[in-house]
Amino acid sequence: MASSSTWSSSNWVMESGDVPHVLAVDDNLIDRKLVEKLLRNSSCKVTTAENGPRALEFLGLTSGEQNPLNGRSKVNLVITDYCMPGMTGYELLKKIKESSEMKEIPVVIMSSENIPTRINKCMEEGAQMFMLKPLKQSDVKKLTCQLMNRDCEI
Amino acid sequence: MEVGQMQRQWVDYTKSLVFEGFLDGQFLQLQQLQDENNPDFVVEVVSLFFEDSERLLNDLTFALDQNGGVDFKKVDAHVHQLKGSSSSIGAQRVKNCCVAFRNFCEEQNTDACLRCLQQVKQEYCLAKNKLETLFRLEQQIMAAGGSIPMIELSF
Repeated sequence: MASSSTWSSSNWVMESGDVPHVLAVDDNLIDRKLVEKLLRNSSCKVTTAENGPRALEFLGLTSGEQNPLNGRSKVNLVITDYCMPGMTGYELLKKIKESSEMKEIPVVIMSSENIPTRINKCMEEGAQMFMLKPLKQSDVKKLTCQLMNRDCEI
Repeated sequence: MEVGQMQRQWVDYTKSLVFEGFLDGQFLQLQQLQDENNPDFVVEVVSLFFEDSERLLNDLTFALDQNGGVDFKKVDAHVHQLKGSSSSIGAQRVKNCCVAFRNFCEEQNTDACLRCLQQVKQEYCLAKNKLETLFRLEQQIMAAGGSIPMIELSF
């Protein structure tokens, strides 16, 4: 079960043929390994981060630092767990959406808990989609298909 | 025992683990993720789960052993992690124990939490033994030149 916004309004939908680079954020090691495999099976390049601050660092959004990629890393999608110690997935989402360089990047929130107020809060803050854990291969395939703007048969 | 027999034994054993509730559909999903590029994927993930869980169970034992007052937030955080990992690999009974455990954390009920900890340790041991048995069967099949069968998700 997932809530989602339309993709057509996002100018981060890629040219078909490109390999998406996904940043996957989760404090749980097993979940990181799993989401990485699911994404690789869907032909994505994957970078994982174990918390929000590391994710922001990778995206070049850490204040006061020069991003070696000139403020724009080539990440096409961020997928993050909601419940993380320190910075939650929601807070990470906010920081991304508040930045001028990265606010258009689609951010997907994952959670093991199906809480409507949580889902609404994330969608209102601009999350592309909310996905329930544990993730299924079919969900991830659908997600990456949409990202690559292809017609997919699931 | 010849390969066909071992494969049938493996299928029956996996099905029985699902039927008895030790494993759920998520474990079968994991098996479907395994391929020639990652032939050891399931064993790797489950081994990570074993390491992670043993650490969490130790942390929980320590956290609940505080005579000066239990930090239920910390206990809950550990249980949440264990619930997440067990759910991700399909260790259903461990996960269910964690659900009950979290309720008692919320109630700040130390005795009930200690009972839950015992239960979750037991379920974890059972799950670990059964998974290790399953992996041993797999090794025997591969050593005999066979491959691990695919299990259909509906049975």
